[in-house]
This record gives sequence, structure tokens and C-alpha cells, in this order.
Amino acid sequence: MNHPGSIIPGLLNIVLGLAFLMAAAALLTWVERRLLGFFQDRPGPNRAGPFGSLQVVADGIKLLFKQDWIPPFADPAVFVLAPAIAMVTVMLAIAVIPATPVIGIIGNLNVGLLFFLAMSGLGVYSVVLAGWSSNNKFSLLGGMRAAAQMVSYEVFMGLSLVGVVMLSGSFNLTDIIHSQRHLWYVVPQFIGFVIFFMGGIAETHRLPFDLPEGESELGAGFHTEYSGMKFGMFFVGEYIGIILVSAMTTVLFLGGWYGPFLPPFMWFGIKTGFFVAFFILLRAALPRPRYDQFMSFGWKLLLPLTLLNILVTGALILGLPGPS
Amino acid sequence: MLSSMRTLWYTFLHLFQRNVTVSYPEQMPYLAPRYRGRIVLTRDPDGEERCVSCYLCAVACPVDCISLQKTEDEGRWYPEFFRINFSRCIFCGFCEEACPTYAIQLTPDFEMSEYNRQNLVYEKQDLLISGPGKYPDYNFYRVSGLAIPGKDKGEAENERQPIDIRSLMP
Amino acid sequence: MTNFLVDGKPCSAKPDENLLQACLAAGLDLPYFCWHPSLGSVGACRQCAVKQYANEDDKTGHMVMACMTPVTEGARYALADPQAVEFRASVIEWLMINHPHDCPVCEEGGECHLQDMTMMTGHAYRIYRFTKRTHRNQNLGPFIKHEMNRCIACYRCTRFYRDYAGGRDLDVFAAHDHVYFGRHEDGTLENEFSGNLVEICPTGVFTDKTFSARYARKWDMRGAPSVCTGCGLGCNITVNERAGEVRRIVNRYNGSVNGYFLCDRGRFGYGFVNAPERIRTPLMRGTDGKQTAVSRGDAVAHFAALLSAGGRIIGIGSPRASLESNFALRTLVGAANFYPGFSTHEGRLLSLIADILSSGAVHVPSLRDVEQADTALVLGSDLPNAAPRAALALRQAVRGAALALAAKANIPHWQDGGVRTVAGEALSPLFVATPAATRLDDIAHTALRAAPADIARLGFAVAACIDSTAPEVAGLPADVAAQASMIADALLAAERPLIASGVEAGEESIIQAAANIAFALRARGKPVALMLNVPECNSLGLALMTNGQAAFPAALAEPASLVIVLENDLYRRADNTLLDAALAATHLVVLDHSESPTTRCAGLVLPAASFAETGGTLVSSEGRAQRFYQPIFTETDVSAAWRWLGAAGSTAGNHDCAGWATEDDIVAALAHALPRFSALPSAAPPENFRNAGCKISSEPHRFSGRTAMHADRNVREPKPPVSADSPFSTTMEGYYGKIPPALIPFFWAPGWNSVQSVNKFQSEIGGALEGGDPGVRLLETRTEAALPYYAAIPKAFASRHGIWQAVMLPRVFGDDEQSARAAPIRDRTAAPALALNAEDAALIGAAAGQWLACALDGETLRLALEIHPELPRGVAGLTGLAAKAFALPSWVRLTLAGPGAS
Repeated sequence: MNHPGSIIPGLLNIVLGLAFLMAAAALLTWVERRLLGFFQDRPGPNRAGPFGSLQVVADGIKLLFKQDWIPPFADPAVFVLAPAIAMVTVMLAIAVIPATPVIGIIGNLNVGLLFFLAMSGLGVYSVVLAGWSSNNKFSLLGGMRAAAQMVSYEVFMGLSLVGVVMLSGSFNLTDIIHSQRHLWYVVPQFIGFVIFFMGGIAETHRLPFDLPEGESELGAGFHTEYSGMKFGMFFVGEYIGIILVSAMTTVLFLGGWYGPFLPPFMWFGIKTGFFVAFFILLRAALPRPRYDQFMSFGWKLLLPLTLLNILVTGALILGLPGPS
Repeated sequence: MLSSMRTLWYTFLHLFQRNVTVSYPEQMPYLAPRYRGRIVLTRDPDGEERCVSCYLCAVACPVDCISLQKTEDEGRWYPEFFRINFSRCIFCGFCEEACPTYAIQLTPDFEMSEYNRQNLVYEKQDLLISGPGKYPDYNFYRVSGLAIPGKDKGEAENERQPIDIRSLMP
Repeated sequence: MTNFLVDGKPCSAKPDENLLQACLAAGLDLPYFCWHPSLGSVGACRQCAVKQYANEDDKTGHMVMACMTPVTEGARYALADPQAVEFRASVIEWLMINHPHDCPVCEEGGECHLQDMTMMTGHAYRIYRFTKRTHRNQNLGPFIKHEMNRCIACYRCTRFYRDYAGGRDLDVFAAHDHVYFGRHEDGTLENEFSGNLVEICPTGVFTDKTFSARYARKWDMRGAPSVCTGCGLGCNITVNERAGEVRRIVNRYNGSVNGYFLCDRGRFGYGFVNAPERIRTPLMRGTDGKQTAVSRGDAVAHFAALLSAGGRIIGIGSPRASLESNFALRTLVGAANFYPGFSTHEGRLLSLIADILSSGAVHVPSLRDVEQADTALVLGSDLPNAAPRAALALRQAVRGAALALAAKANIPHWQDGGVRTVAGEALSPLFVATPAATRLDDIAHTALRAAPADIARLGFAVAACIDSTAPEVAGLPADVAAQASMIADALLAAERPLIASGVEAGEESIIQAAANIAFALRARGKPVALMLNVPECNSLGLALMTNGQAAFPAALAEPASLVIVLENDLYRRADNTLLDAALAATHLVVLDHSESPTTRCAGLVLPAASFAETGGTLVSSEGRAQRFYQPIFTETDVSAAWRWLGAAGSTAGNHDCAGWATEDDIVAALAHALPRFSALPSAAPPENFRNAGCKISSEPHRFSGRTAMHADRNVREPKPPVSADSPFSTTMEGYYGKIPPALIPFFWAPGWNSVQSVNKFQSEIGGALEGGDPGVRLLETRTEAALPYYAAIPKAFASRHGIWQAVMLPRVFGDDEQSARAAPIRDRTAAPALALNAEDAALIGAAAGQWLACALDGETLRLALEIHPELPRGVAGLTGLAAKAFALPSWVRLTLAGPGAS
């Protein structure tokens, strides 16, 4: 994948990787609903296929056959572009994640972490443009909220990773995993871990931080006017986002594929799956905060904490004689 | 923050609890006799229609889905037609509450799906059942003062014999 | 005004009011049963108890009955005093002890004064656990249902029926809690106002039998303000509709016209609207000579083709069609070709009446004015049969003497028991001069019986006695002269004299005599009122519109290419053989709502709307133009006659007809074309009238069955119809509250579900409606206006040998063409009969009940003989023959007819 002679395996890698990703994201919708069901003492979707696993297929078919409608008052070009951005940015970001030393699309990118941050930064556009182009006040409000929320939390998310980078001394995600061989960064960088995960939730605008689409006040927020497969793309984008944030957390704080007995791929899967399940638990358990509370929580608590984390980490690295 | 953690924990514990929902239609749920499902018209203990066509169910209905017309046979009132448009019914049970004769009753049957909405319009023959349903002993005309065939003036509950207006006795 | 305090709040009332009335006028809710604004107070039910305090320091007070308490200046009362509240609740509890468990099967339920008052006093739970008394019911005829168990013994029924309406066959029997209100035996209630018992009774003892047959609760029926089409008086009615049927008619209060009461013909005569013989599609005569249904478009096209074909086109108007429809026909055929649909004789009488009334030389009284007359002369007119509500008003007028006596004794007019005790049989003078006995004779000072010509002569003589410049009657017998001078003296002594006559008197000379008396009294400076009754709901309107144009039989004498008949059965109005010939020789287009001999002759029949399917304006005999509104909105081919005429006219290229989109347009065109009707647009608010931006809802706010009524045909609810001509919404959506009095669709107020809620709509209790009584008077007195005395005094009546002068004796039931189609009215309609004086009967050797043959209109009629001893000799009274009235008056030969089928 690094030299021009391997175009075919490279493409195969990309296609297989994306296919796997799409399948995982789709399946995730079913997993989420089943899990939510269990958390709420009910079975969840269990009719289509074994244990309801074909629910995904049913939903997919339904979405494909729905009227693909663009409101007459919308800006059609931007309206179509927005869901594409949502999917493309998360998929590009996921390309840099090394699942194992050998599995991964461009796992060995030397600015992998920065690329991830850049892509999640671009992801804001999808929501803002969707909200703006829908030309509807609920959508616009949703888009505005999304912009403010994602830009804000991007700051803490980036800063929370500074500690990890300082400890590992690299932006290359594979290197970061390698540097956790002995100690997962969740221990020295616990504050960074917590803040990164919160930021991740905010970035994917998942519950409890789904203010851009808070249905109780905004209808469906930025995607109010979307239907059919365009809505489906937002939907898939959101679920890939969940996988992305879970995988990144694993990579950055839980030592990636490292673990005893089981093969590296399994370990990566288990750790990522744990975070995905945690995402769903959060959705089942926590109510949505008020928007102003949410913003002030970010700027007044998380920002000072991350800065403190950087200071302390830096001071310790400087003060303590270490392997670096 | 701590409470959020606790919430997360408790929610997580629900993974290991039994489901409260049942898998209808494989498992049929128990429905109490006073469940508010399909509406029926009952008959009094003598087998006559209980409905006296007083229009109170129709006026109580918040979605106006009951319509009827009164007619009369030898002093006894009954509906000429009685129609419920179940495609509008919200099964609130106000009609049952309003009914002074216990004629209109809601039953535990709720399986009324149709492909054609028109089939949800029930006429009197569709609504009328052959028994008294709940309150099996109640017969409106036994307490009302109206004379009907088989029950003359003064023969209802708590009634004295009709007054002979030509009598001078106190 | 008298000022007083109720519960510490200042109120004011007219000085002669009682406290109950004053409280209701102030908008306070005080329960009552036995009191009625028209019947006064008797203090029988003890329901309106309140506390009265002597002065500011009096904290105990004492209980008084509000209906029996005159309001005094500065008095203090308490409605909310706990003792009074408890007292009222216990009275209700006691009244309810024997009340049966019947409400679900009671026609009064939901509009029951007893229910309202029970709720108002808060007696919600019966603690009485013993047995209830019961009563047997009576069959009271086709109008009224009787359920005596429900009685609370308020005595309103007998007070109305006997004291107010003069009925004799309803009374109270037995004593204490056995009292029974009914007849001495089963049988039809005879009085023509029995229907008012339905509204007078505060509970369900007397209910409407015709309504019970197609019953719906009050909240389930659309209401439309309407005007009765039963006679010429224009009583205001509310028509209740559900599912495309007229369900009943109830009184619509109009302080100047009918007040609280209607006659039975008006109340129960609506059946023709729902009748099977209604014409609901256009009918065209095919080549096979049969009438077959055709589409609307074909009918209009055919009509337009007939119009365009040219030739002499004549239009025949109708005294029972609205002004709008008559004007549309007049516009279509041109004023010169528009003839009133009266019989020749009736046409002459009506144009005479129109001339007198529109001259401005006399005051035309409203029915309220009639009630306030202190001396009245009825000349030649059998008012109780021809215009019952006017007779009821006269019945109240004669009580003036009693009220005056009571006032002298310091008894307020509303203290009914006191007034009757102190005044005894005192009655204001009422003189009745008719050929046959009338039901006013029992209250008449003098009831004179004479042949029509002699009645006219008496009238002329009265006029001459009053004003010496009036023409003298030569050769008057001494007794008649004495009667004339007695009547003249009484009229001169009166403050508000009233002269009443009408078309039913049958002779122009009688009407002229009545007018002469009125002119004479006016010349003597008396504020006289002249009431001239007309037979049909728009007779006067049509007479004013056609302005002396000869009636249609004259027009039919010459050949015409097309005859258009508007809502009229010509066979009731002209010689039938002549009609047959005239109608066979022309194209005939008939617009009518029901099948009749005329529609059967027509080449094209267009289904015209009855009063219940369209709106319109009618002019009553008072000259009051009143608007009626549409209650039925079913989708059919039936539409207002003026819409048919407008459609055909504009298709045929008549530009005058093209601009009529709504009723307001045609009313405006009419007011513009005929200055006499210039006030017409102000009779009612226009179509675009809105209250708070809303139309007025014509359905009560709890109208039920909206999503189920039509579900048998289609589960998808139809779009509600739109009322094109009126400011009413046809659904329960819209405004209901303070609305113009002409537009009140039904009387209802929170807590007042019964008809008693009319209290909440009046500016003063028993007075005008808030905003003024509906309708606009077209005939007002002008001081400078005068007409010369009529001088054509007829010769004295002389009986002839072997032939009799046949006069029409009107009957309440059956004479009116439309109401006679209603089944309950048919039940009350007596068979046609012939009445003779006993001596005359002996002359031809006939006894009562025997069949007589009588030639009339070229036809020999077999009629049963009735002996009316009071009839003048030489006069034969015909009853139940309104369809032959055009042939009267005439001289008829009577012979004995053998038994056999008639």
C-alpha cells in the first residue's frame, strides 16, 4: 500500500475495508435497537430474520424506496452535497485507523492523528450545510447548534490528545499503539481519555449531546427535510462516526490491538465494541442537557481541565526521567 | 456527575432483567374485562336491546364517531340505526361512561385491523351481541317510569300503583 | 329605573318589575319554574327564594319569593345567602322526589328546564328511597305526547292553555300530590295553541309528538332562523335540521311579532318539506307525454330555449315564494308580463289592502301593538282560524281592562293571581262581526252575526258615527244603527283602538269599511291601528310588488307562448276547466317544491327549494320584511327558484339575470328597482357579515356524529357544505355568542339549555331582543298621507229563495296548501262540510250529517251538512274547501244528495 506496484491489493483493501465498515455500521443500527430494547426491558426488533437481524435490510430497502424529495424551497445542490460530506469525512477519517499491525487502509500515516482531527473538523460542514440548505427554521437552528457544538468540542478533543502525543512522541497512530505496549494511556492520561470521549460524543452528535437534532424542540434538527437515502446517508455517517470514535479511543488510550492470548484483531474488536456499547448505554440512560448548560460545561470545565492536563503531563515528562 | 454514573449503572443492570413486553401474537396478553377495546351493544336480561337511543354516547364521543337515530315501538325507544366509525374511534370509553342503560360497552377485543377503512364502519347488527355483557342484571325499563309492553305504569321498581284521579281518598 | 343591591352588587330594573325578572335581566342565574314572562307570577313553585334585608344593619333578613316581590328603591337582596341556597336546593329535591328515572327516554332531555334548574341548585344526588307516585297518560292527539309521571305541578300548562290561550279542554284534576294535568278523557287537545305546551312545560310532560317520531337531541340539530309560512303573520320560527330532514319547528322569540308562542299550524305543519311527493329532480315531458327526470343542465338549456323562442311569455308569481324569487321572475319576463298568482277575487282584495296599508294613512300594528290595544273591532274576519297568532294577541289585548283595575288596586301587572282575583271577568271591549261563530266570541263584548254585506254596512255605519264626513249608510235598521253607535262610542273612548279585518272576510266592502273606520278614528285624532290580514306568507309582498296588476286568470285568457309558474298551484286559484284549456295551449314551466295538479300539467318542472332549502325574504301582513335562512344543505338538484330563473335567464342572454350570485345581489337589485322595498337590505346582515372574523355557527358546539353520520355511504367525511347566501357556517365551527337578533340560530346559554335561555338574549325580559327585534317594517305612517273615504256601500243582504250565498269559513288546519301536506295536520283536518242555519236546513229538509249536493266551479260537491244556528239566514258556510276558495263568494243551489261514496 505504500508503493505504486500494489494498486490492485490496495484497491481491494479499500473496497473490502469500506464494505466491512458499511456492513458494520448498518448492523450497528440493529445492534443499537436491540441493546436499547434490552436496557429498557423489552426485546427490540426481533421479527425480520433471525433475532431480527434482517431488520437492517428491511430498513435499507424502505429507505431506498422512499420518495427522494428535495423541498422546493431548499438549495438543491448544497442539499444533496451535505449528506455526502457527512459520509465521506467519517470514512476518510477511519482510513487512518490501524486495526492490527497489518489491517488498516493507511494505518501507518505519519500524521494520522492530525488527519483524523482534520476530517472530523470537515464533518461540521455536512451538518451546517444541511441545516442551511433546507431553508427551514428548525433545520437552520439545528445547523447553527451543530456548528457551535462541534467547533467548540473539537478544541477540547484536539487538546485532550496533546498529552498522548507528548507521551508517545508521534502523530503516527501505529507508533502511538506501539508506545502503549507496556501501559495503556488511559492510566496516565485518564483526564484526556474522558474528555476525548466526551468530545467524540459531541462530534458525532449522539445522545446525550444530540442537540442539533433535539426532536423535542427542533423537530429533527438539521435533517428535518431529509428523507429516503439522503437521510440514510446521515444515518450511516452517524454510525460510522460511532465506530470511528470508539476505534480512535481504543487506539489512543486502550493500546489498540495489544492484549494477551487472543489475536490482535480480536482485541481491537473487543475494545472498540465496548465503546460502541457504551455509546448505546449512554443513549439509553442519560437525558439531553440544555444547550447553554452544554456549552458552558465545555468552555468552563472541559477547557481548563484539558489545559491543566497538558501542563501536568508536560511538567511530569520534563521532571521525571523517562524512557522518552 | 455521580448521579449520571449511577444512572448508567442502573440502566446497564437492566440488560439482565426479564422483558416486560410479551411477544404478541405468539403470546396473548391478559386483558382485564374492563379493557377498552371493540365496542358492543348489549341486551337486557330479557333479551331486548338495551340501547334506548338517548344520544348520550354520541354527544360524549370526543371524535364524533357515533351516530344513531331514535325510533319507538309501543313506548320503548330503540335505535333505528346505530353506527360507529371505528376508523375514528379512540377507545376512550366515554360512551360507555355516558350510557345510562349499560347498553354500550367496551370489550377486551382489540384485533380489528382492516385493509379497507370502509369495513371499520360498524352498523347495529355488527355491534349487537346476544347477552348482557357486564352488569348482567340491569334492566333500564324496570327502573324507568315509562310504560312498555309487559310493564305497565306502577310496575317498575320503587313505584306505587297509578293514581286514580277520580278518587277523593288522600 | 329602580336601583337595588343583590349580594352587595348594585343592579337596576324597570320600576314595575318583580325581583325575579330584574335578576334575570341583570344576567343573574336564579332558578324558577312557575313564572313565565308572558304568564306572570303566581309564587307556586317556591323555587326563586332569595333573602331580603330590611336595611344595612339587618344581617338576618327574611326569605321572599323573588317572583312575588316588587323591586323597591334601595332594597337589599341576597341570592347567595346559604339559607336561601339551601332552601332552593331542598325545593328542587322535593320536586324531584316523584320525578321518574326517564331522562334517557324523554324528548325533553338535554333541553329541560328542570334539568337546568336541578344543576343550578346543585341537587345532584337523590336521597329519597321510597316509592314514587305514577300516573296514567292520555292520548292527546297527533301533536302532543303526554307523560304525566314527569310533572312537577308548576301549573304553567293550565295557566297558559286556559288563561292565556282560552282553551277549555285541559285542566287540573285531583288534589295534593295526586294533581293531574290533562283532559277529562283521552282525546285531541282542541286549542290551536296546544303546541306551546311543549315549550311552556318546564319538563317533559308535554312533548312534541311529530318531533318524537324523528327525534334528535337539541345539541344534534342545526338551527336556522326562519319565518313561518303557515299564514300571513310572519311569526319567527327556528327550524331544526339533522341529516337533511326538518326535525321540528320551535318558536323563535321576536318581541314585536310572535313573542313566545306559535300556533299549531306553524309548529306542526313542516312535514311537506320531508314528504315523498317532493320534487327533487327536474322533470321534462317527453314525446310519449310522460314526465321524466332530466339533468340540471338539460333542464336549464331547455328552459333557456323556450325563453329564446320568443312570443308572449308570462310569469305568474307566488304569494308563498320569497320576494327574491318573485322578483327574479318579474325581471325575467318583464314587469308588464308578470302577474301575481292570486285568484281574481283575492287579487282585488289584496291590491286594495296593499293600497290602504302602503298609503301611510293608517298605522299597521305589529302583534305586540295588537296585544296592547284597549278596544278592538274585528270586522268580518275569523281570526282564530285564519291568523291564529293574531287572535291570541287579541286575547291578551282584552285583558287590558283587568290590568287597569289591578293597577288601580295597586297590584302589579305581573301578579297574575292578584290581577285575576281583583279583576274577575273584566275585559276590554272587543267587538266581533262575522257570519259564523268564532273562537273569540267568548271574550267578545258583543259578537254580531251577519251576512258579509251587512257586516260591511255595519262597518260603514260605525265610520259614519265616528266622523260625520264619512259616507252615511242609508236604510240601516235601528238595531244595527244602535250597535254601530255603541261600537263607535267604545272606539272613541279607547286610547289605542284597533280595527282588524282581512282577506278572509271575503268582501272588498268589508275591508273598505274597516279602512273607513280607521280613517274616521284618525280624523278624530285617535292613534288607531288597522290590521288587515293576508292569507299567505308573502301575499302582501307580492301585492306590493305587482302594484295593482290584475291577477293571472286575466292574463291566461289571451294566448301565450310560454307560461312560467312560480311555486304556485294554479288549480287552487282559478276555474279549473278554463285553466285546463289555457295551460294545454302553451308551453308551461313550473317551479315548485311539491307535486300538484299544476306541476302535472307542466312540460318542464324545476325543483324549487322550500323554505327549508334556501333563504329569502317574506313580507308579513304587518309589512315587516323578514329574512329566513336555510337549514338543509343536502346535495340535490333542488335550488332556490330565483337561481333556476337566473340560470335560465342568463343562458337565454338576459343580462339582468346574469349578476345574481348571492341572495344579497338580488335583494340589492330589488331594492334598487322598486323603491317601496328600498329598506330590504337592512332586514338582516349581509352574507359577508362576520363576528370576530368568524361566520356564525349554525350547529350547536356539541353537535355529534360528524364522523359517523355519512360513514355508511363513505367512510371519508364529505367536505362540509358552504352557505352561499348567509353568514352562517354549516358546521359547529364559527362564532356563537352575541350575534345580531336576525341571525340567532338557536337559543342556548351556558347553564340554560332549554328554551328559557331566551332570557339571555333579550334587552329586557319579555321585551325586544338585544339589538332590536328582527325584520324591517316597510309600511310606516306618514302624517301628511291620507286616503279618501270609500263610498261604495253595498246593498243590504237579502236572502233569496232556493239559493244561498256561499261564504268560506276558514279552518286552522287544512286550509293552507303547504302545511296541509303534513301528516299530523292532515289528521286534524276535518272533512269538507257545509254549514247552514237550522231554519234554512229545515227549508230544504236536511238534518245535520246529511249529504248535500252543491255546484261550485262547474263541479257538484257532496258535502255533509252541519247546523250552525248562528249563521244568518240565506248564507251557507263552506269549510275545508280552501282549494275552491277562488269560486267564492257566489250563490249556490243546494239539493239533498243520496247516500253513497263522496
